[in-house]
Amino acid sequence: MSDSTDISIRETIIGEIHRIAALHNKTLAALTDSLPLLESGLDSLCIAVLVASLDDALEIDPFSDDDELAFPVTLGDFIQLYEDAES
Amino acid sequence: MKMPNPDPPTLWDLVQKTGLPAEFSLSDSHGAVALGALDGGTCLGIELEQVRGRTVVVYTERQRSAALAAVELDGVARRIVLCPPDLAVAKLASVIANAGVELILSDKPEALAGQVDVRVAACGLPARPAPPRPAEAFETEWLLFTSGTTGNPKMVVHTLQSLTGPAVAGAAHAAPARWSTFYDIRRYGGLQILLRALAGGAPMALSEADEPVGEFLVRLGDFGVTHISGTPSHWRRALMSPAIRNISPGYVRLSGEIADQAVLKQLQSAFPQAKIAHAFASTEAGVAFDVSDGLAGFPADWVRRADAPVEMRVQDGSLRIRSARLASAYAGDPARQLADAEGFVDTGDTVELRDGRYYFTGRREGVINVGGLKVHPEEVEAVVNLHPNVRMSRVKARKSPITGAIVVADVVLEDRDGFTFTQTRDEILATCRQLLAAHKIPVTLREVEHLEINASGKLLRVNA
Repeated sequence: MSDSTDISIRETIIGEIHRIAALHNKTLAALTDSLPLLESGLDSLCIAVLVASLDDALEIDPFSDDDELAFPVTLGDFIQLYEDAES
Repeated sequence: MKMPNPDPPTLWDLVQKTGLPAEFSLSDSHGAVALGALDGGTCLGIELEQVRGRTVVVYTERQRSAALAAVELDGVARRIVLCPPDLAVAKLASVIANAGVELILSDKPEALAGQVDVRVAACGLPARPAPPRPAEAFETEWLLFTSGTTGNPKMVVHTLQSLTGPAVAGAAHAAPARWSTFYDIRRYGGLQILLRALAGGAPMALSEADEPVGEFLVRLGDFGVTHISGTPSHWRRALMSPAIRNISPGYVRLSGEIADQAVLKQLQSAFPQAKIAHAFASTEAGVAFDVSDGLAGFPADWVRRADAPVEMRVQDGSLRIRSARLASAYAGDPARQLADAEGFVDTGDTVELRDGRYYFTGRREGVINVGGLKVHPEEVEAVVNLHPNVRMSRVKARKSPITGAIVVADVVLEDRDGFTFTQTRDEILATCRQLLAAHKIPVTLREVEHLEINASGKLLRVNA
């Protein structure tokens, strides 16, 4: 797990994506902000694992208390969600 | 089984009664086939007369082959065993024994050569000319697999009547509909949609296991889907796809998992014109109700309502159902009771009452629902406990906004020196990856000092 005080949320997320993809034998696409998450190579289960891991690593779960939240479509949306939740 | 019984219409009767309009078809990524192809035609590589009164397994690669075979077999075969897509060939032996199977129909019959002890015949397109259907109809039994069972697969017995009616409160019957579902039609949730489409003369687009969700949504957009169903996890995945913009259904249905307020609101916001309904159904208990007021849970006064076609009770915290839509028995296990003495099936789904509404809280026996796939904690614990450093473990659910739940484990280690938790954890996870499907592997392992045991000596389990 990463230490959230030393590296950015973005780096933590990207690092976790690589770690989870390797664990689940998934091949990742080039991770750009405009990449739809579901085309990243991660399936729903991997994304569920990612959200849980980020909750543990960053102590942020932007999905937890927000019924109005729109689901993030792109990787950029996803990172933004965590950056907004922290600020 | 009653035989012969001309009274209840067969599935083909229902299909034919629609007048077989030209657009009445089943489509997948390979194209569409009109139901009219079965009018004087057959997709079976065996004469219907030879299937009459037999128990037939439908074991196909493609959903379309299975759907067409079922239309032809209902009313002719004694039993139709509809195999889900993930049923391994190795499990067929127990299915054959438990259901008394005499014939297997497959769209890839060559793949079964030498692997099973019963006759294998082909099914699938193209249709070929067929002699008229046998006049006398059986009340065919439909054997469906319960989801997420461990060990040998369990099947319950339905009939076309228990699968199709009576209609439940809140169900939509708007026409003209163009149906689809994220489910596989060989599972209860998908079969419900297929039967509605078939009885309504409506076209239906079938999902495919390996088709990326974006491509499926584009296909549904081209198809012009108006009515579509899936689990909350299916829908969350769809909502994360940019291709969600391709569809604008008028009726969106969720079932198979707890529909929370968040996913209901997100769907209403994605499809402002649509009626969003969530349904409660299980393979054993059938369809119990549709909720379409936009809220999670269901009104408390639906429970113990006397004159309803589906009667509900809450007993010991779980929802019980009695209706004409229940399965009648477990196939191959007649001693196992499906319903209690009064005819109520315990769904095992726990509910709690808050402000005049019941909300689902999880499963009583701790079964974890990961994106519609059930996980028995005991199965995962057995694998975790294989490690010599583990004294005991408890596997439980952790809430997930993506798949409803994910699997996590608490582990009590042996009280001796010479190893670290980190090393043990990595070894446990490596074993899990070898022995368990991906959705069953604990996402996190936590070391705990002890696990609570209840008065009868069992591991204390809490709801998901």
